[in-house]
Amino acid sequence: MSEDIATREAYGLALKDLGAVNDKVVVLDADLSGSTKTSNFAQAYPDRFFDMGIAETNMTNVAAGMAACGKIPFISTFAVFGTGRNYDAVRQSICYPNLNVKIACTHAGLTVGEDGATHQSLEDISLMNGLPNMTVFVPADAVEARAAVFEAAKIDGPVYLRFSRGKTPVIYPEDHVFIPGKADVLRDGHNVAIFACGVMVSEALKAAELLYGQGVSAAVINVSTIKPLDKETVVRYAQKCGNVITCEEHSIYGGLNAVICQTLAEECPTPVRAVAVNDVFGQSGKPDQLMSHYHLTAMDIAKKYKEFGEK
Amino acid sequence: MDNLELKKIAAEARKDIIEMVYSASSGHPGGSLSGVEIAALLYFEIMDIPSFTDPDRDRFVLSKGHASPLLYSMLCAKGVVPKEELKTFRRMGSRLQGHPDMKKLPGVEMTTGSLGLGVGAAVGMALAGKTDKKNYSVYCLCGDGEIEEGSVWEACMSASHYKLDNFILIVDNNNLQIDGEIGKVMNPYPINEKLAAFGFDVVTAEDGNCFDCLRSAFGKLTEKNGRPKALVAKTVKGKGVSYMENQAKWHGSAPNENERDQAVNELDMELARLAEEEK
Repeated sequence: MSEDIATREAYGLALKDLGAVNDKVVVLDADLSGSTKTSNFAQAYPDRFFDMGIAETNMTNVAAGMAACGKIPFISTFAVFGTGRNYDAVRQSICYPNLNVKIACTHAGLTVGEDGATHQSLEDISLMNGLPNMTVFVPADAVEARAAVFEAAKIDGPVYLRFSRGKTPVIYPEDHVFIPGKADVLRDGHNVAIFACGVMVSEALKAAELLYGQGVSAAVINVSTIKPLDKETVVRYAQKCGNVITCEEHSIYGGLNAVICQTLAEECPTPVRAVAVNDVFGQSGKPDQLMSHYHLTAMDIAKKYKEFGEK
Repeated sequence: MDNLELKKIAAEARKDIIEMVYSASSGHPGGSLSGVEIAALLYFEIMDIPSFTDPDRDRFVLSKGHASPLLYSMLCAKGVVPKEELKTFRRMGSRLQGHPDMKKLPGVEMTTGSLGLGVGAAVGMALAGKTDKKNYSVYCLCGDGEIEEGSVWEACMSASHYKLDNFILIVDNNNLQIDGEIGKVMNPYPINEKLAAFGFDVVTAEDGNCFDCLRSAFGKLTEKNGRPKALVAKTVKGKGVSYMENQAKWHGSAPNENERDQAVNELDMELARLAEEEK
């Protein structure tokens, strides 16, 4: 494993490289380009970068209009604003007309840290999943984040990309091929299938190691495309393992746990336990303190396995 | 185009609007009728639209999407929508959705309906045009009640910031929204001063249902000076149908059979008058 890198850093660099090979790409930001890392693109392609100021709704509508004229706009801000404050514009101006706009948001989840609950988006996957025509990517590391940016540009329609603020372990080699719509089995196992997304993938890998020490064989599957869900892999591993744990830095409602439970309830009823934020808002704190407090660590994932024997 | 021809187009469009809303038993006649002269002048005199797929065409965005019958009447007059299809308005499977859907109907430049969003999309089209160094203009028609939405002002701020002199906002100032007079429901006045403060060149059309008046107003908004343009058109809600004029209740309700007959009768008389004038 190499050094830790934030997925937002990878996003910024990938966007700049995408701009070099695709002149239809334009980037809009809402006064956060230094934080979202769209500043990389802004410096390289000032004629195709538009700071829209602190006006997320307008940024979204303007992007829709530009897409209607053949551009491929990436719009960026923090996840809490890009999906929540912005929901009506995303729904009406982008998803319903199926326009080619990428909603690339950073600072998702609790790992925003000290800014506290107002800036910790725990509902964004839920909001974006509910929209027809939307594709939802939650990259697990910097390598996948970069690939997701390029893949998003190939899709003719709306894509939501969820990036994180903090540095996270790089789990993939640089030549890793990200296939949209395909869950990636990182570790095979037969006692429990751990499905994870985003920053929780590296925690899931650590949890599998902890469980291994306890004689439990855990499979770890990176579900970096939440929508459309790779149902085949989800069902196959639920069948193989008989127990499922879902892990996400998101509310227990409407995210990874929800889509996996929905699929398994219909196709392969399986006991499922969720590692997710349990219907509460976050608070200020260090990212690692918050992840511990809200039970989103490798240890918490490993502990969840014990619940399967309790019934 | 001469005024007589434009007036004939306007009267036909009004008949289409009435027939659509009557046929659907729902829809928004008042704000469709108020904007007829604005739309007719744009589509038949001002805008350059070689085809609706030409990347260099001028664009019209109906931000007040509930006035969809107005847009459909224009697309019918332009030959994009066959006359018979107007009767499918608001029905299952129709291209003529309750609010305009750009993916269902060619000629609809932007899907609209949630008020305040279309203005931003129109700004985006104008910004794309500037970025590509194209010469087209983007005309956006919004309601005077609609400008109560904050997103309209976000859009105006950005049009000015990016020096979009190819963006022309038209406010259909018929003075009524569903709940009543705009000044009583939630006062957006003074509209001109607000737009000017946002960096727009602003002109008022004292009679927004008069072609000469509108033509003159649009004529004052052509300077390529880096400032976006706004035309505040003082119109009459329900214009052209006597019992609908200046009545908020006709914002979003359909005429019954007798009312439809009376409206069509009045408009047929107008068409007959125009035919006389032609001789």
